[in-house]
Amino acid sequence: MNSFRGFVIKEFKQIYRDTRTLVVLFGMPVLMLLIFGFAIRNEVNNAKIGVLDLAKDEVSSAIIQKIAASKAFQLNAYLTSYDEVESIFREGEIKEIIVFEKDFARNLSRSGSASIQLITDATDPNLANIVQTYTNAIIADYVQELNSNSIPDVGIKVHSKMMNNEELASVNLFVPGLIAVILMLVSALMTSISITKEKEMGNMEILLVSPLKPHHIIIGKVLPYLLLSVVNVVTILVLAKYIFQVPFLGSYVLFFAESILFIVTALSLGVFISSVANNQQTAMMVSLVVLLLPTILLSGFIFPIESMPLPLQVISNIIPAKWFLVIVRGIMLKGSGILIIWKETAILIGITLIFITFSLKKFKVRLQ
Amino acid sequence: MRIIKFLLQKEFLQIFRNKAMLPIIFVIPIVQLLVLSFAATYELKEARFALIDRDQSIASRELVSKLQATGYFTLQSEFTSGEEAQIQLDKGKVSFIVVIPRDFQQSLSSNNPTNIQLVIDAVDGSVANLINSYVNSIVRDFSIDKSASISLISPQNLQQASIKKISTQAINWYNPNLDYITYMVPGILVILVSMIGLFLSGMNIVREREIGTIEQLNVTPITKFQFMVGKLVPFWVIGMFDLLLGLTLARFGFQIPFLGSLTTILIIAGIYLVLIQALGLFISTITDTQQQAMFIAWFIMVVFILMGGLFTPIESMPMWAQKVTLANPIAYFIKIMRMVLLKGAGWKEVYGMVLIISAMAGGLLAISVNRYKKTSG
Amino acid sequence: MSNIAIETDALTKTFGDFTAVDEISIKVEKGEIFGFLGANGAGKTTAMKMLTGLLTPTSGKAMVSGFDVFSQSESIKKNIGYMSQKFSLYDDLTPEENIRFYGGIYGLDQHQLSKKRKELIESLELEKVRKKLVGSLPLGWKQKLAFAISIIHEPNIVFLDEPTGGVDPITRRQFWERIYQVAEKGVTVFVTTHYMDEAEYCDTVSIMVDGKIEAMDSPDNLKKKFKTNSIEDIFIRLARVAKRGDR
Repeated sequence: MNSFRGFVIKEFKQIYRDTRTLVVLFGMPVLMLLIFGFAIRNEVNNAKIGVLDLAKDEVSSAIIQKIAASKAFQLNAYLTSYDEVESIFREGEIKEIIVFEKDFARNLSRSGSASIQLITDATDPNLANIVQTYTNAIIADYVQELNSNSIPDVGIKVHSKMMNNEELASVNLFVPGLIAVILMLVSALMTSISITKEKEMGNMEILLVSPLKPHHIIIGKVLPYLLLSVVNVVTILVLAKYIFQVPFLGSYVLFFAESILFIVTALSLGVFISSVANNQQTAMMVSLVVLLLPTILLSGFIFPIESMPLPLQVISNIIPAKWFLVIVRGIMLKGSGILIIWKETAILIGITLIFITFSLKKFKVRLQ
Repeated sequence: MRIIKFLLQKEFLQIFRNKAMLPIIFVIPIVQLLVLSFAATYELKEARFALIDRDQSIASRELVSKLQATGYFTLQSEFTSGEEAQIQLDKGKVSFIVVIPRDFQQSLSSNNPTNIQLVIDAVDGSVANLINSYVNSIVRDFSIDKSASISLISPQNLQQASIKKISTQAINWYNPNLDYITYMVPGILVILVSMIGLFLSGMNIVREREIGTIEQLNVTPITKFQFMVGKLVPFWVIGMFDLLLGLTLARFGFQIPFLGSLTTILIIAGIYLVLIQALGLFISTITDTQQQAMFIAWFIMVVFILMGGLFTPIESMPMWAQKVTLANPIAYFIKIMRMVLLKGAGWKEVYGMVLIISAMAGGLLAISVNRYKKTSG
Repeated sequence: MSNIAIETDALTKTFGDFTAVDEISIKVEKGEIFGFLGANGAGKTTAMKMLTGLLTPTSGKAMVSGFDVFSQSESIKKNIGYMSQKFSLYDDLTPEENIRFYGGIYGLDQHQLSKKRKELIESLELEKVRKKLVGSLPLGWKQKLAFAISIIHEPNIVFLDEPTGGVDPITRRQFWERIYQVAEKGVTVFVTTHYMDEAEYCDTVSIMVDGKIEAMDSPDNLKKKFKTNSIEDIFIRLARVAKRGDR
């Protein structure tokens, strides 16, 4: 037991003394949270648009005024001809040009209908969609006002209730994903590098010849990162709750239990990678490519899984972070209890057990 | 000059001999590009909903089939009680619930206002928004149709009553199909190439330091300049190669239009890669171990990528954040790639950004070369 | 000046308030084999690193091969060879590739390189392993290869830092024979070691304790002075009062 204790203490000391890595380990989650909370938005404010008013009548002016007044848009350009559209778009700032044709008002009063062209820079389809939707809404509003005398105010009104995220704050969506990413980073990546480093420097043999058993070595290596991960989770939660008012509706106990489960999953992945990699560079690249990037992109962290093509949806099922995200979002934003998320929990446990078994096997084989 | 040749020879030998690195450098980025481009989309493909139809009338049925006819919405199941539907929502089995009240058809035919309830799982705010606006517009269309046919005003009177209708016609430039892949691929390519350039070059120098072979090099008459060129050039070459590979895939695999000049892209890419290498070099001068180097590189990468305009548009960020992106090389290159490839922009439009990138590259190189010492104390 | 290969005057290196090398003054003649003995932590490697330009001295003077260590360290590097404690060969390159690389770095041209390559492979008996990666070679072979590479450009002075660490006595002996051969050609050999018996092979021996040089003379003279037959004895006597390193 003494040798184990000594080993664990050495591990802690090594990490503790590496100031640069510590700064990154603790600073990164905080910084990422801040960026996500304050800087990343999916909503559109102040989109720069332009107007090509060939009509210059009261209707077009009225609509233009409405648009200029809207918070969503910043009316920056007043074009005089179609030819200018191309060069304006090429400059890259203006996202949409609203075109009123000549005799716009006259057409409207004579035939009862007229059309406005919305030329959008669709390189970013998401933005284009949003900008078009907003523009349409403003115009529809105007039409409503215009017709308020003619059509009785019948109609179906839609009352929408946004569950779990009243303000549609993107930060609520990101925080659970952020936790998953940080845990993957610390527990899997760091562990794999730490173990591989011993191999690379030649210290592994010394360890293996000592009274320490292989599973002692693994646990000793892994313990500091377990602790670090827990501290990270707590930090993120505290910040999310008090700075960003991210709701936490469910049980803290359940949350921590699931977090520790996921940490163990990540740790076992890290150990597995270290058993197949021979030097740090390989361990790092493999962790990055096989673990981190898929975790960020295929787990539903930023891009919704339902939007992905079927093959990718299938692949996302083997990414542990995907299940963890469902669990954490459930607990934090919907207050889900274990009865609702038992399925995902079981899957996580299953994945963890598989990897622990593989790692232990590989580790023993390497010794021989 | 000859000395650099020997350095390059050694580096390339080591790189190609490393069996694990080869697939990572060449195969993985391509695979990633493929996978990620398909994954990275906000498009709403399909949302399932639960229905509580208290009216069970022709009108309510019509509305529901209109919803399904869009192709976006699928009716998962119908319920009679609100709690049952809510459980489905909580479990994530449906994305929203539609509740149609008991006197729906009657209200419509007697021109009384009526309400539809929508309960949307808003965990993903942007998806919720999309669902909300689509449903709203479908209902609005349905409402106008119904009121026009049910109302007491006859078709002729309709015209005389001068109901105005303004329709909009959307014309999508550069990406008529609103295709996500077109938008994402150049950006993802930039990120992949940057990651490879940054991680490999930075870690490589630190690796020599950790192993001890750097000492043997420091004792030779090699100058700092020769050493750095020897370290940076191989990974610059690999980076350019990966970029070319990716561009080929983008052009012929993803069928992304290349409106602008490929030469322009390649020249700018060359400068950009020097910047990335310089960054890796700089990191190697402030770290002692590969672990540290990797971490700091990762840290910087994450910040740059998040604020780079790939996942969320820079225009959506608050003003102060947009100012911060002025120092983000990845943001510039992504923007340049999109402008040149997708919009056919030329030197006139991008030369400002290219100047900034070049200045950054030069500055970083100078600082790193200065910091790098052949003495360790 | 013309006969002195290395000369230092009160050369000192401090790290913070720790004095690793404390005002050492030595003189090494051309063609001499100079042995730098001392316990671990005594400061030998630090001293050597200053002379090879890997560390900047804190104070004092030092001249190597006619060049000043402070201001002309790059010129020094062209004229010296160095073999580090870890042997510093590239494990993932073959002996041939290592030879070609280091030869090229030191400015040997195509013709010279090819000649050296053949010479070294033959004299080191590396014929059978020339295409194998250095990482797979036994320690003794790495050692002789590292030594040969350190003098590939035929420098005036060669610095060897614990070159015989970890190899068996027979291999050590063979290694010293190579050192003799090289010294006979007029190359100055500056070697650090903690093997006391190797002291006998040197022309001059200096013993470092706690950063200071406590004794420096030919092995015979030292034995006479301390009235003993073994250098080891002298070392133990001097090192007993050492505050640093292992006892």
